[in-house]
Amino acid sequence: MNYFPDEVIEHIFDFISSHKDRNSISLVSKSWHKIERCSRKRVFIGNCYAINPERLIQRFPSLRSLTLKGKPHFADFNLVPHEWGGFVHPWIVALAKARVELEELRLKRMVVSDESLELLSRSFASFKSLVLVSCEGFTTDGLASVATNCRHLRELDLQENEIDDHRGQWLNCFPQSSTALTSLNFSCLKGETNLAALERLVARSPNLESLKVNRAVPLDALTRLMSCAPQLVDLGVGSYENEPDQESFMKLMAAIKKCTSLRSLSGFSEVTPLCLTAFYPICQNLTSLNLSYAAEIQGNHLIRFIQFCKRLQRLWILDSIGDKGLEVVASTCKELQELRVFPSDLHDEEDNDTAVTEIGLVAISAGCPKLHSLLYFCKQMTNAALITVAKNCPNFIRFRLCILEPNKPDHTTSQSLDEGFGAIVQACKGLRRLSLSGLLTDKVFLYIGMYAEQLEMLSIAFAGDTDKGMLYVLNGCKKMRKLEIRDSPFGNTALLADVDKYRTMRSLWMSSCEVTLGGCKRLARNAPWLNVEIINENENNDLMMERNEEDEREKVDRLYLYRTVVGARKDAPPCVTIL
Amino acid sequence: MLSEEELQSNVSVASSPTSNCISKGGGLKVHNYFGLSDSSSVESSTLSGNVEDDKATISLKATELTLGLPGSQSPARETELDEKPFFPLLPTKDEIFSSSQKNIASGNKRGFSDTMYTEKNWMFPEAVATQSVVNKEVTQNIPKGQLGTLNNSSSPPAAKAQIVGWPPVRSYRKNTLATTCKNSDEVDGKPGSAALFVKVSMDGAPYLRKVDLRSYTNYGELSSALEKMFTTFTLGQCGSNGAAGKDMLSETKLKNLLNGKDYVLTYEDKDGDWMLVGDVPWEMFIDVCKKLKIMKGADAIGLAAAPRAMEKSKMRA
Repeated sequence: MNYFPDEVIEHIFDFISSHKDRNSISLVSKSWHKIERCSRKRVFIGNCYAINPERLIQRFPSLRSLTLKGKPHFADFNLVPHEWGGFVHPWIVALAKARVELEELRLKRMVVSDESLELLSRSFASFKSLVLVSCEGFTTDGLASVATNCRHLRELDLQENEIDDHRGQWLNCFPQSSTALTSLNFSCLKGETNLAALERLVARSPNLESLKVNRAVPLDALTRLMSCAPQLVDLGVGSYENEPDQESFMKLMAAIKKCTSLRSLSGFSEVTPLCLTAFYPICQNLTSLNLSYAAEIQGNHLIRFIQFCKRLQRLWILDSIGDKGLEVVASTCKELQELRVFPSDLHDEEDNDTAVTEIGLVAISAGCPKLHSLLYFCKQMTNAALITVAKNCPNFIRFRLCILEPNKPDHTTSQSLDEGFGAIVQACKGLRRLSLSGLLTDKVFLYIGMYAEQLEMLSIAFAGDTDKGMLYVLNGCKKMRKLEIRDSPFGNTALLADVDKYRTMRSLWMSSCEVTLGGCKRLARNAPWLNVEIINENENNDLMMERNEEDEREKVDRLYLYRTVVGARKDAPPCVTIL
Repeated sequence: MLSEEELQSNVSVASSPTSNCISKGGGLKVHNYFGLSDSSSVESSTLSGNVEDDKATISLKATELTLGLPGSQSPARETELDEKPFFPLLPTKDEIFSSSQKNIASGNKRGFSDTMYTEKNWMFPEAVATQSVVNKEVTQNIPKGQLGTLNNSSSPPAAKAQIVGWPPVRSYRKNTLATTCKNSDEVDGKPGSAALFVKVSMDGAPYLRKVDLRSYTNYGELSSALEKMFTTFTLGQCGSNGAAGKDMLSETKLKNLLNGKDYVLTYEDKDGDWMLVGDVPWEMFIDVCKKLKIMKGADAIGLAAAPRAMEKSKMRA
């Protein structure tokens, strides 16, 4: 290979798109490193504080697409203070300054401001795609800037963000000449939408494949939209305000029938159960169905719909479908690869008969041999069920089980669920992501350390007995990248046993564990290439300062550490101390 | 399900050694309340041991094939704090106890709070007994996993299941579903208009709680609910900030604290300012309140009146 001119090698590298592979290529030799970095177009940064934008741009001058992740995963569950960090602004400033020809920006759990969006929209002439997932800090004004200034915008995908809806006319801001849209998702906006503007936009976007509207788009508007865009592949429905009358309903059904390319359906917040039936004409074509926000649709309606969805590969649903519903899924959806069952009753108010149990899970595992990704919220589980699931589905890549009540044992034997999860890790040799729950001892971690060779991400809550548990994982799981632990009795011994391990990991989160300030300080001293962050939200600063000096045996509320090449970040709020 | 006899017998075994191993030094975290953790017949040596012995036994146990009991410090529910102040930290063979202990062991992720409970149980058994909620939970001593119908009346609904960040469902999803489920009118641009959870923190308390502001109709209800939730914390506040909190408490001082004389309730409004609760009409309050904080009276002086900057500088001084 070294005898080829650089352009040839570069051309060969063009065929290699996976980040992992490209990272490996860059390690082969100096010349490959150079060729690779100069030709690299897409970069993924799993932790925005691991590196800074200047160094990124220096290394990858041809950057076109950047993916950034900010806050730690547990920020999703309110465990990270609001002001923790993850600001995208410095990145956009640096990229603009260096005149990077940015085309695509994908952000997850970052703080985005209207100012950032404005700057973004003005700085990159060929900007095409903006994907924001679980971000916050901006309003529809920012969206208006993007719509106005990004002349070549193809994709605007807003997933589950906290957006302040000023009910402005941002949809109107797309210029008449803008016809390149392929994907528009604003389902997370809470306010009114300018329907006329939306219809005009959809009508002049012949390439629009994905459209996800927010609640405020009523049925008749939806009908019109679908009539303009029969080429839709992915549709997110808003809400149906009232029980639709016969005529409107027939019109909707007729429009839907024409959408023969429709493969993916989502939304359905605040709808009447009847609305699902409008989609019967195309349900056998669906490969992806997300009804996890459709709290109003009863289990039996869901079941009636799903039994026609024979080609379903991805299903996100609420537990109101019940075990019976999952049995229907199991017998119908033989192509199912990913299943997520979310809890509908989040405040544990009733003894919910229709919630799902281990029965539903076993049925799915028996009926869906291609299943490889699971997120399952349930009220109870047994070892026997997990062992059966492991036997039926040895191909799990992601297995996330959340038993709603912490520390709940196997409800038939009252034992811990060590054996059940042990069976999963033993059988599923390709397991990359695992979330545990229920009653668990150190033993489950022994199993994980022994068998989970490909495990990259592990989430632990209310589990384990001693530091040994965490040590089994740190010593055994060679590919561990993200470890997040809450409310488990792991302390300094485990934390400090192998400091170099953290070089191979992206991050470690420990909250409400046994690690002390002294332990964290020691770690920080021994590992200057780590940022060791202590988060103490509910203390005022005086108290914390006193505690720092007084008592190193004080337990740390929340610890977040991550490897970095750029040292301690400068934008940490007062509640975060970087040791 | 456990039979009543099993439960009762476990309780009686548990009640033998009440006095052992209450350690007060910082960093020592083994508290052996009523020997609950040591009810197992297999390793009775843990009962009388000191910390080192216990630790040795623990590490031996950890590798054994057990019936599963992790015991130790994982808070099952924050409500446990109010209702079950006993939480031995040792793992145990007795699965029945272990799960209850584990569930009882809420909040003992801090040595600080552990000692708080030591104080409470040791000094004021009457106080414990008078709290009917606590009493019920103690005698039943049912593992949370099998609570089912038995745990019907004892826990106030507001206190149930409000561990911060559990279950692990994204806030966005929680808020969206909450609105949908309550079947309210079209949301006026605000997420979660049906349920309005705000975090409540208390100076010196080891973790946050959450309350649904919409489940109360006036300040009185909110105040008494919070009082219930946070009563247990007040015990540790005497001479707090660390080691001093481990001193024995006098009864009068305790009473004072429980009456809430030393504490004020404050909230952070939409502008980020901290204000005293009670200044504005209730409806307006739930509209603007973002966070609640129970502050020590001394800290809150001049809170409502002082502009934000002044208050901040005072706190940092």
